Amino acid sequence: MRREDVVDACVSALRRAETSLPSWVEDLIQSARDAEGDSLARSNLEAIIENIKAAAARGLPLCQDTGLPVFHILLGRKAELGFSLEESLAEGVRKATLEVPLRPNAVDPISRINSGDNTGPGMPALIVDLVDGRDLSITALPKGAGSENMSVIAMLTPADDPLEFVVRAVAERGGNACPPLFVGVGLGGTFDGAAALSKRALLRMPGSSPLELELLERINSLGIGPMGLGGDTTALGVKVEQACCHTASLPVAVNMQCWAHRKATSIVGEDGWSIA
Amino acid sequence: MEHRLRTPLSSVEVLFLKAGDIVWLSGTIYTARDKAHAQLFRWKDLIPLEGAAIYHCGPLLRGGDVISAGPTTSGRMARYASQVVDLGVRAIIGKGGLPGAADYLRGRAVYLAYPGGCGASAAGQLRLKGSFLPELGMAESIWEMEAEELGPMVVAIDAHGRDLYAEVRARACGQLER
Repeated sequence: MRREDVVDACVSALRRAETSLPSWVEDLIQSARDAEGDSLARSNLEAIIENIKAAAARGLPLCQDTGLPVFHILLGRKAELGFSLEESLAEGVRKATLEVPLRPNAVDPISRINSGDNTGPGMPALIVDLVDGRDLSITALPKGAGSENMSVIAMLTPADDPLEFVVRAVAERGGNACPPLFVGVGLGGTFDGAAALSKRALLRMPGSSPLELELLERINSLGIGPMGLGGDTTALGVKVEQACCHTASLPVAVNMQCWAHRKATSIVGEDGWSIA
Repeated sequence: MEHRLRTPLSSVEVLFLKAGDIVWLSGTIYTARDKAHAQLFRWKDLIPLEGAAIYHCGPLLRGGDVISAGPTTSGRMARYASQVVDLGVRAIIGKGGLPGAADYLRGRAVYLAYPGGCGASAAGQLRLKGSFLPELGMAESIWEMEAEELGPMVVAIDAHGRDLYAEVRARACGQLER
């Protein structure tokens, strides 16, 4: 595998994610617009659809908050990398910052000094899974602060109701996270594990299990609506990822994702790369 | 009801706006977010504030072009907002609302909600004119922009004490208590 292919595939996944939405996300937004009963809410959904068209027409980012670079990496166990994967992805981020362009968002948490290129300690953030084969799959999931700031984690006790916690989190905080939302839920595991599961849930949107559909219905009955200004459409999808937890614990994490569920995947093989 | 307004705004124009109305705003506006608000004491020496519109926005720019420029979450600037209104500002633009603002906006100013995430649309309605506090960087500087029918914006908190976000959140949380 060639290092320059990884860099180019990374830039390309970021560009695709920042300037267009997966078609199923657009379809969900349009269906919500058609079904929405509140006129103010419909006007907000209409504005979102216009924005998606404007970004596509100009090939420029949907939102000025181009997010922090988060990547889900599927690394083939037989992939031969003669170079640092982390470094080549960081180079892809630096290149994308200039070329797409992306807003420099990564700052030191104490000094608040901006690195200027969206990289630095811990950035880009990588979620890595090993899979069969020789290829490398790079999924960009740029994550803006508006929705990330409204995310929440709690160590509940076994007597608490975790589903109630999820619905309450959206009732209290969802209006700030640019609804209609995609709600990623991490249920069980450890403290850090629940948060990681909630981010993985965003990668597997939208959910369709009875539990996920029940949560979606309960969230939409809250009436928070697009942009928190009221309406029938508060969430477009809920996904729950679960793990076993300690008999004394009940960790639950809610990772909010705004309507702009930006996600795109490039695949790198031995002879080149392509965008999925 | 729909309104087409131009900055600077008069107190009468502001009183005419009712929660739920739609506004399209033209004229000069100023972006300001976290770091610019932390230096609020410098504003009156930099920009004309009487009747001004402040936009909670950290734009994405390239050269002199506005690439994407939707609103940021206003809640982070809520602690400064009463002082901003005291300086003469009559419209605060953002997303997500300003908790507790209805009281100090009363009779003086409005909060306008631009659709969150709609940075590409906003970029087509804004032109870069100048900058203040450039040392704060792209996202955090104060950018002077010329707006051409910036909108659609919802009057989310009006100058008569109505706050749509507070009403929606109270209904949602009330439902959970039942």
